Parts: sequence; C-alpha cells; structure tokens
Amino acid sequence: MIHTLEPILREHPFFHGMEDRHIELIAGCSMNVRFEAGQVIFHEGDPADHFYLIREGLVSVQFAIPHRGLTTVQTVGGGEVLGWSWLFPPYRWHFDARTQQPTHALAFDGKCLRAKCDEDHDLGYEIYKRFMQIVTERLESTRLQLLDMYGNHP
Amino acid sequence: MATILEQPEVVPAGLVPDPMLPMPYRIQRVKQETDDTFTLEILPEDSGKGFSFAPGQFNMLYVFGVGEVPISISSDPGDVPLLKHTTRVVGTVTKAMRRLKRGEIMGIRGPFGTHWPGEEATGRDVVIVAGGIGLAPLRPALYRLMAEREKYRKIVLLYGTRTPEDMLYRQELEQWRGKFDLEIQVTVDRAASSWRGNVGVVTTMIPRAPFDPSNTLAMVCGPEVMMRFTVMELLKRGVAAEHTYLSAERNMKCGIGFCGHCQYGPTFICKDGPVFAFARIAAILGKSEI
Amino acid sequence: MTAERLHVGDNVVIEREHLEHLLLALVSRGYEVVGPTLRGGAIVYDRLTSTEDLPSGWTDEQAGGKYRLKRRKDRALFGYVVGPHSWKKFLHPPLQRLWQAARNGKGLRILPEEEKASPKYAFFGVRACELHAIAIQDKVFLDGQFVDPNYKARRENLFIAAVNCGQAGGNCFCASMNTGPKATSGFDLALTELSQNGRHYFLAEVGTVRGVEVLLLVPHQPANEADKQNTERILDHTTRHMGRRLDTRGIKELLYRNCEHPQWDNVTERCLSCANCTMVCPTCFCTTVEDVTDLTGEHAERWRRWDSCFTVDFSYIHGGSVRATPRSRYRQWMTHKLATWIDQFGVSGCVGCGRCITWCPVGIDITVEAGAIRESDSVKAPADQSKDSA
Repeated sequence: MIHTLEPILREHPFFHGMEDRHIELIAGCSMNVRFEAGQVIFHEGDPADHFYLIREGLVSVQFAIPHRGLTTVQTVGGGEVLGWSWLFPPYRWHFDARTQQPTHALAFDGKCLRAKCDEDHDLGYEIYKRFMQIVTERLESTRLQLLDMYGNHP
Repeated sequence: MATILEQPEVVPAGLVPDPMLPMPYRIQRVKQETDDTFTLEILPEDSGKGFSFAPGQFNMLYVFGVGEVPISISSDPGDVPLLKHTTRVVGTVTKAMRRLKRGEIMGIRGPFGTHWPGEEATGRDVVIVAGGIGLAPLRPALYRLMAEREKYRKIVLLYGTRTPEDMLYRQELEQWRGKFDLEIQVTVDRAASSWRGNVGVVTTMIPRAPFDPSNTLAMVCGPEVMMRFTVMELLKRGVAAEHTYLSAERNMKCGIGFCGHCQYGPTFICKDGPVFAFARIAAILGKSEI
Repeated sequence: MTAERLHVGDNVVIEREHLEHLLLALVSRGYEVVGPTLRGGAIVYDRLTSTEDLPSGWTDEQAGGKYRLKRRKDRALFGYVVGPHSWKKFLHPPLQRLWQAARNGKGLRILPEEEKASPKYAFFGVRACELHAIAIQDKVFLDGQFVDPNYKARRENLFIAAVNCGQAGGNCFCASMNTGPKATSGFDLALTELSQNGRHYFLAEVGTVRGVEVLLLVPHQPANEADKQNTERILDHTTRHMGRRLDTRGIKELLYRNCEHPQWDNVTERCLSCANCTMVCPTCFCTTVEDVTDLTGEHAERWRRWDSCFTVDFSYIHGGSVRATPRSRYRQWMTHKLATWIDQFGVSGCVGCGRCITWCPVGIDITVEAGAIRESDSVKAPADQSKDSA
C-alpha cells in the first residue's frame, strides 16, 4: 500500500540512500503535523514517543529554570530533526520544545518504529546510523557553544 | 554610481616618508555599540591628508601618550576621508580610547594589510559568516557589495553572537534587510525567553543557507575557533577552498612588517594578512601555539 | 709607493705598519670607526681610535655556553672569530626614539627625528657570516613595501672593511650555511691577515669604488700570486675546520612537518627563555615600541627597543599569550630562523656564526637540535610513503 507521505520522505535528505521497503515501513509510522507559534510540542518529562522532521518553522529546545525563566539552549529549524529520546529507555523528553513560529513537521510514532526496528534489524541499522550522525553534529555544535567563543576570557 | 576607491587628494600608505609617524585625526563621535564595544568616527585634521582603503584593511590607532593598537576599519570606503573603527575594550589602550571625547585628537597610521576579495566575487553567490565583533571588519565589504549589487548573485550574511545584546549594527542590519536583496540570518549562543530567533552556533546555519556552493565566494571573520569550524562546514557543503577567505589576528607593534610580533607561521599578519585565502593558512590553522 | 690606478676587484698588499693609515683615512673622510676591541673579558664591537685598540695577540675559545679569551703566540690582529656583539647594534640600534609629539590645547603635533642625527659608521673587521647577516637585515628593512628610514640612512653611510677568517671558531658553521668563511660580496674592502717569515701583512681585495677611494690614501703594493694562494690556503683550512655542521637539505620542510616532534619537549627541559640567543643573533630583528609621556602629559615620545620572541608577552593578545609555553617559543624561534625565514625573505635566517650556541647559558646547540629532529623525522619523505596515511 502506498502511503501519501512516501514521496515526501524519499525527498528528504535524512532518508537519502534508504531502500524503498524501509521507507515504506517508516511511512506507515508517520503523519503530517502543524503547530501555531508559541505552542508547546512537549514538556520535559513527558513520554517521548515521537520524533519530528521539521519541514518549516522554528522550534526552541528550552529548560524551565527557577529565577531564569524559560531558557533556550538551541533552536531547530526547517530540514532538521527534533528528538532522539524515543530511541532509549526511559523514553522521556529531557527538555521542553516550544515553537517560535508557525511550524509544519512530519511526526513519527516512536513506539511503532521501535517495534519495526526490533523485527527488522536492517531497518534498525539504517535508523540508528542516521540518528548517530544527527547526535554527533548536535554534540559538536553544543561543544562550540560551551567554549563561549565570543566571551571576554581573562 | 561613483567607484568606491575614487578619491581626490589621497596619500597612499607607503609614500608617507616615515610609516611610523601617526597622522592627527579628530574624533567626531564615540558611539557605544554594546556594553563592551564602541565605535570611533574620525576625520583627518588636515583635510588633504585623508586616504582611501580597501575593505579588510586596518589602521594603527594611537592614543596620545598611552599607546597604539591595530583595529580594522569598519566604515564605508565610499565615506572617506571619514573613518570608523569598532573595537572592544580589552586593555590599557582601548580603555583609554573609550574615554576619548568628540573633538579630541588621536593618531592614525595606515591603511595596512590585505583586503577582502573584490573582483573575484563578481558573478558568484557571496556568503559572509561573521562571529561577534568579526562583523566589524566585514562591514566595509558589505557596503561595497551593496554599492554594486548587480555584480553578484545571492548575498547571504550569517551572523552569530553570544547574546542578542552583543549584536553589532542591529539597526543597520534591519535597514539592509529591507533595502537590498540580501539574506541575513542571525543566531545567538544563548538567549533569554524574549528572543524569538535562532539559538545555536553560527556554523549550524551553514548547511541550509540559500547559496550555491559550486559558485560561491566566502568571507569569514570572528574568533579563531569559530572561523576554523565555519570553514569546515563551508568546505563540507562544497564551497571551494580557494574561494574561502578569513581574517586572522595577532599582536602587532608596528603594522609594517618590522617588529616581528604578528608572525603566524611563515606569514606576517600585518602584510600577508589580515585577510588570507584559506589555502594559504590551511596547514597552520588550528595548530596549537603557532 | 701607491699604485696609480686601482680598480674594483683588484688585490693589493698592505704592511702591518701601514694599517694605521687605513683607519686614519676613514676618520679623515668623516667616518666613526667601530670594530673589535677587548672589554670585560670578551671581544666586543666598539669605537676604534687606532689599530692599537684591536685585540692584538688574542683568540677566543668557544663551545656550548662557553666563551674564554686566550693569549696567542703571535700578534695577529684578527685571530679570533665573533663575540657577543653583532653589527646590528649600530645599524638597528637596541634603543631608538622614533618621534616626539606635543599636545597643545586640542591640537597634536608629531616631530620626527632629524635625519642628520644618523651616524656615519665604518665597520672595521666584518666577517663573511656578518656580511650575510647585514644583507639579510637589508631584506627586512629595505626590500619590503615599507622602508625603515633610520636603517636606510645608517646603511647608506656605511663603509665596510671585511676580514676573512684565518681560523674557524668552536661553534662556527658558516660553511654549512654557505655564508663563509670567504667574504665574497657586500664589502668595500676585504682584508686577509697574512704572516710569513716574520712579515706581518694584509691582502686587501677592493670591493667598491668607495673602497678604491679610501685605499688610495693607504700605502700599498699590488698583490702577487703567492699572496693570493696563501689567502686561498688559509680560507680552505678554515673551511675544513668548522666547529659545527648543519645539514640544510630540505630543512624548511623538515621543520614544517615536525612541529609536534618530541625534541621540542626535550629542549624545553633546558631552555630558560632567557632570550640571550635573540640578543646576540646578528639577524634577529624583532622590536617593540613604548609610548611615554612626561609628567605634564603634554609631551609624548615613542621609543623602539629590541624585543625577543622568547618573552611571554611577545604573542599576547586578548588576555593571554598565543605562545604561552617555553616549548612553543623555542620552536617558534628555531623554526623561524631555519625555515619560515626562507618563505619570508628567500634565504635562511641563520648565517652559522654560532653565537646562539656560545651565549646560551645552558649551551643549547641549534645544529644538534636540528640534527635530532632530522634523525627521527616523524614523517617519511614523499618518495617513501606507503599507501597508508602517515
């Protein structure tokens, strides 16, 4: 059965090089979602059962900190991936995600995908390989943020 | 439209009898840009002694009796003999400079150093990546690009700072966004909840910025670690190493290749730089304690 | 007594007792004559009023971190090599005022130094390695986009009477650097001290028209074949008895690819960052500037003084030094001297005079350090590289 989202998935750089049968499997777990500006996608501590491919818009990764209020450490924009907590127990979000602009994304059912990866290890390998790259890139840019490059360092 | 470098009565550096003699300049305005950064606007005391410069070049600024520091020129080359210098307060001289007032006098030597590519950008997309105060030496290049907008294809400015309060030239950036066919994307390393824009290092904006890497000229300026990783992302995206330029910085005492302080590997930043094609310094960029 | 026609390239002979005339001729033409003289247990460069001021009958014994004067059996005037001074102290002075400035009300006036303040020197006794060192500093201060006017004025007024080395010093390696021992260019006159059967005399080669003009005031005879052969024999002997050797083959690339070689850690254990080497080196040219005012604050001056890349402050920027460790600073100095200098100025920065070895308090030897890196070169030469990355 051809899912209407398959062509969109095939086009997206995240899925480049993936076999058709795998894309079909993933498409079965995906759906289109829209958010208004200023909308909470999830809160820290919520069950992490989805991940999102942002198509258009801007999402803030935030922490609610006493006395400092909501602090954004990173934003995720069009073409980027939001969320990997669905991959590992306890499957809970570690931050708030709040849209800064009207946002249009593909949401993927994590529970559904986890089950399919357990059944089809080849699919699992393809998913984990791609998420590994995302996490690595995110870690590297976080390290640069940590360096506080523009600060006055005595 | 007048060409930027056409100016009457200019004295090119090098023909001045002694390049260590400062020329008197009078302060027209001192503008606070952010809490630790300010801009000096100055005019030559002797109106016949103004000089033209190319974007990317720097002057040696002398505060009477205190000392001299190298600072990139950050004004529009079309406005000469007026010069502007944006700098942070980092030491004795810049601290003294910050206390100068309109009408006071200081010494200027210059212009020195290499400049951002001009002709080479014609017919290409131009990507400018600035970090922190790195936007100051790039601003003259932006003025020149906008003065001859039709010569270039897409122009993209990616600008990253520590916080929104540290951004330079905010009003001007807004004006440029509106007036010219110029894509400006900004990001900050950290922000309060009132900030609605991008948060993250400036390198994260490169993969998706709207330019064609196969026909792009890139100009990068900011802290060295920011430039290193920016160049890495640009090359990863397919921008040619030979079309990627950076502006480097080192301690300078003379600005004319005699004191030896600004050496960076085999180069003197005062005369082989500060603007370098990436290929020239690829082997030493990022090497510890060079 | 005097030859009637003298040309550039001619060789003549001056007897020892007539050498004084050479000094007097220079003085009569308005030169301040400076050359080797004994002071404080070393042979330094200072004012000469007569040939009596030369260290007649002295020689120097040099080794790593060691310099001793010893009496010779003869009365040779130039029977030693080089001491802690180099001629750069006259052409590129350790302390120089660049300009003065006066602030009056809201105005600023800069007062440059007067040109006639530049002295007119005659260097008496310049060795071949030193001629090369002067030529190297010429490249720095005269051949670039900017010219140092003080250096230019002193250089233009300069008379050079060179001396060919009759012996090699314990730390000498000019032969390795192709900078000696024979003076081949850059002099007005080049002397070789000869002694035969009790006769003490000098072969003088004329280098320039200025040399001709001065020599015409000195009693001399044409040189004969025997004199010239004697000179060649002495120089050959000097060449074959160099105290040190430096393999310069591919040295630039060698140092470029070995910036993380363990030898840098090794030398760090010994180097004190004392900067002696840069002070005595005849080609080191780094300076710093100091801006000062008087107590009223209305009068300011800018002074230039020698500086050294061995100081922590040398590379200070934005609250810290780029070269914070002594390891990086020694590496910077040696890599500059032997490698990056070539990319910057087209020649090596080292002339093989050995001063840095002699005057290092712990006797660090640049030839040994370079040799150690070459011996365990971290990267194979391109021809030897296998398919795997190094």
